[in-house]
Amino acid sequence: MKLFPIRGGIHPAYRKQATAEKAIVALLPLPARLYLPLQQHMGAAAEALVQPGDRVKKGQLLGRGVGPVSAAVHAPTSGRIAQVAELTAPHPSGLPQLTIVLEPDGQDEWAELAPPIADPFAADPKAIKERVAQAGIVGMGGATFPSSVKLDLGTRLKLEILLLNGAECEPYLTCDDRVMREHPSEVIDGARIMAHALGAPRIVIAIERNKPQALDAMRLAASAFPAIEVVDVPVQYPMGSERHLTQAITGQETPARKLTADLGVVVHNVATARAVHHAVRFGRPLLSRVVTVSGGAVKEPKNVEAPLGTPVADLIDFCGGLSETPKRLVSGGPMMGQPLPSSEVPVVKGTSGILALTTAEANERPTQPCIRCGTCVTICPCGLVPVEMAAHIRKDDLDGAAAWGVMDCVSCGSCSYICPSYIPLVHYFNYAKGRITAQDRERRKQDEVKRLAEARAARLEKQAQAKREAAARKAQAESPAP
Amino acid sequence: MLLAVGSVAVMGVTLGVLLGAAARYLAVEGNPLEAELQSLLPGSQCGQCGFVGCAQAAAALAKGEAPVTLCPPGGKAVAEKLAAKLGVTVDLSEHEEKGPHTAFINEALCIGCLRCIQECSTDAIVGANKQMHTVISEACHGCEKCFKICPTEAIVMRPVLVSVGTWHWQKPMPEHATQH
Amino acid sequence: MRLIIDKSGPFTHAPVSVQRIMATVILALVPATLFNIGLFGWPALFLFVVTVGSCVAVEAACLMLAKRPVKPVLTDNSAILTGWLYAMSLPPWAPWWTGTLGAVFAIALAKHVFGGLGQNVFNPAMVARVALLVSFPVQMTLFVAPHPIFGAGSPGFVESLAITFGPGATDAVSAASALGYVKNELARGIPVADTLKQLSREALDPGLRHLPDLMDLAIGFKAGSLGETSALLVLLGGLFILARGIISWHIPVAVLGSLFLFGTVFHAIDPTRYAPGYFHILSGAAILGAFFIATDYVTSPVSKSGQLVFGAGIGALTWLIRTYAGYPEGMAFAVLLMNALAPIIDQHFKPRAFGRTRKGDPLPIAKGEP
Repeated sequence: MKLFPIRGGIHPAYRKQATAEKAIVALLPLPARLYLPLQQHMGAAAEALVQPGDRVKKGQLLGRGVGPVSAAVHAPTSGRIAQVAELTAPHPSGLPQLTIVLEPDGQDEWAELAPPIADPFAADPKAIKERVAQAGIVGMGGATFPSSVKLDLGTRLKLEILLLNGAECEPYLTCDDRVMREHPSEVIDGARIMAHALGAPRIVIAIERNKPQALDAMRLAASAFPAIEVVDVPVQYPMGSERHLTQAITGQETPARKLTADLGVVVHNVATARAVHHAVRFGRPLLSRVVTVSGGAVKEPKNVEAPLGTPVADLIDFCGGLSETPKRLVSGGPMMGQPLPSSEVPVVKGTSGILALTTAEANERPTQPCIRCGTCVTICPCGLVPVEMAAHIRKDDLDGAAAWGVMDCVSCGSCSYICPSYIPLVHYFNYAKGRITAQDRERRKQDEVKRLAEARAARLEKQAQAKREAAARKAQAESPAP
Repeated sequence: MLLAVGSVAVMGVTLGVLLGAAARYLAVEGNPLEAELQSLLPGSQCGQCGFVGCAQAAAALAKGEAPVTLCPPGGKAVAEKLAAKLGVTVDLSEHEEKGPHTAFINEALCIGCLRCIQECSTDAIVGANKQMHTVISEACHGCEKCFKICPTEAIVMRPVLVSVGTWHWQKPMPEHATQH
Repeated sequence: MRLIIDKSGPFTHAPVSVQRIMATVILALVPATLFNIGLFGWPALFLFVVTVGSCVAVEAACLMLAKRPVKPVLTDNSAILTGWLYAMSLPPWAPWWTGTLGAVFAIALAKHVFGGLGQNVFNPAMVARVALLVSFPVQMTLFVAPHPIFGAGSPGFVESLAITFGPGATDAVSAASALGYVKNELARGIPVADTLKQLSREALDPGLRHLPDLMDLAIGFKAGSLGETSALLVLLGGLFILARGIISWHIPVAVLGSLFLFGTVFHAIDPTRYAPGYFHILSGAAILGAFFIATDYVTSPVSKSGQLVFGAGIGALTWLIRTYAGYPEGMAFAVLLMNALAPIIDQHFKPRAFGRTRKGDPLPIAKGEP
């Protein structure tokens, strides 16, 4: 298959060898408590359906999705609800978030599950989307966008390709690699079901060339299906970015503020495909995920199939504990992952990795003045000028930064990674994007307030007018009498 | 010599007549700056600035009789926009930002007197006579009019807390000492 | 375990640093420098040491005056590189104070007045060179023919001290640089083509004052400033930093390409009046300028398209100044002129953003209508 080049990018030290040959192991024993935030996804938080003290079974619905973009939360094992409380979120803010605390009873007793969809390829796509929504499946590459919403794109747009993302371009992470090596037929089956739901005739599975075993396994599993093509893509960060992978495969650039679906391409992660397979074929909701536990401070790096809600500390203990205090504890990969405020926070649906990075690995140094070397401009996969954007943000000129395109930045981290002056470029952009979004929110609220105030003024005026007219009528009615 | 003097004189007279005519026939009713400034203000007529309503506040701003930081519900964002429109510089780091607040009705104290409902300029309070009232926080912009009028002090102003959904990264720390 | 979160990702970093970039560029200059010091003897070495030392001292003094920490800035190697490049633009037997005064111009005036590393608009080494050239034209154009360091007839160590640190201008036998020679001869009414025909190996004999031949131009057995004499070794250094990814090909190719183009085209029009393209490229500071001066990060545009425009401008201006202006060499002036334009070039030659047209509007959707 002909591939197309993508702009810029970097080749970081991949450091995948620590876990690439480690087969997926299940987390044993179960943690004493599982912490299940009601928002593990993009969109609205789920609504809790259980009370403290309730007994729940494995797979039972604990939180129901609210509104069009939301996702359900289920019990990863049987046990008792200990608490529904505001607890620290696995999020850099360290702010609390409504979380269901489940005490496992050790029985691991299943609830009654939805019946398997016997022949998903004959089933109505709607039924598959409903099942995926019921199962609480979200994008497991880290974006955590509810998958059922993304599967619905086929009703609005004509789709050509389901692009299955197995690039896994983040350093350290090998969870997708292992899933593809160990469960290729589950991934392929899930992909076929998703393609059916989307109405996409072709499936392309893109895997970076540094995963030859995964490529072999997936090619073998896909050989029976002519509609599926397994493609090896160059090792180039950020190949796994949805828009860049689409460009590499189709040669088409997704226009700004549009979706890849507008080009007829929908991208899903390989682990998501596997979760869809489980939900459709066995009625099993999303209860666990494969997490790469790695980093120089972890004694025995592993790939662990961990129940959602497992505290990070339990996961690290399972991997032999820490050999030193890490400089950074990261959820996800080191490029786009989020720093964690504590090891007490849980694994959630989007946690692809838990990295305990040493000072040497993080390689943080004091910032030096920018020497305008232009490397950030050369490598920016989005064609932006990080040096100019950061200069404007440093001077609090957010409008200037926006004019240079800061809102087009995908925060891939390439510019920060390569900067010889160690300027936290992406931090500047994250700040600017957050600030501009907050300002937009503020402006929308102000417009709404103005609208309400004007509506009220108009209503009062109308009432006054009606009163005046009534008074006038009354006066008229009374006046001829005397 | 004469030609030069003459032509300059003619030019001066012509332009003067043109300007005079323009001033008379193209005059703009009212002050356009006032209208523009008013469009930047929240428009809820809450009166916290000390003026009767937003139009009066805009007039004072246009004359330079009021500071750009006059609007508490608008906060820093409105102050910045006003400063940009008026072309004045304002040091907002000194400006004590109270942060957005919304009204909250203590249900135990509310007697259902309806006064706050009548006062609210954005219809953010719902309830009926002799029944408990409640605030729709999405519509409340924290003008404090209800807070001031409530006879039983059942209304409190609560700060809008940052949540995981609204949080964003702060500006990176001042850089290394080698940088200015 | 709780952790402090003061920084967003990424949490890994390429093993790069400003120090290392500067050191690599310096390393690339070492062969040409050694060759030239060997070629011009002890005075060249003294001048070189004084110039680089002065730059470092002025940098330290400026930092102390500004009450900024000295050590982290001084160890970034940028002052050494500036001094090095400035030293390479000096005539090898120039008096010591040209180095020191130039250091003040380069570091204090061109760099720290603008706010230090990364803030300067103009290339510090070239500011110093131009300032000194305009102020002291005699000392700055007093080129000597090669005097190999241990060669017969070359000044000894003590004698050399007198040349560099002595009171007056040296009375050593002087020789014109190739560019100056062509210009002088043209002024005397001798066509360029005839002057070039004099290219001869005999140039090694300083008494003949003939131009070096093509081979000598390239290798560097000729009169000239420290860095301009060995085109081949400078080119080698330039290719080294190109291979190490310190610079990209855009600026050097654009500079040399436009210089060569102008030279060749006009030579074809009138060979008696204009020197050929290859002569322009191999003489003067063309190679040094294209690879080491014009590519200075701080004072050149950041985008590739901008770099091409910037380099082409330098090449064209260099040719223009060499051909029509009063000075035989125009590289320094050309670089400074284009430095002033670099911010504007950066404004207008941005890369195209992903998913947008050059103007910044979202791309139209090619197919798959919604």
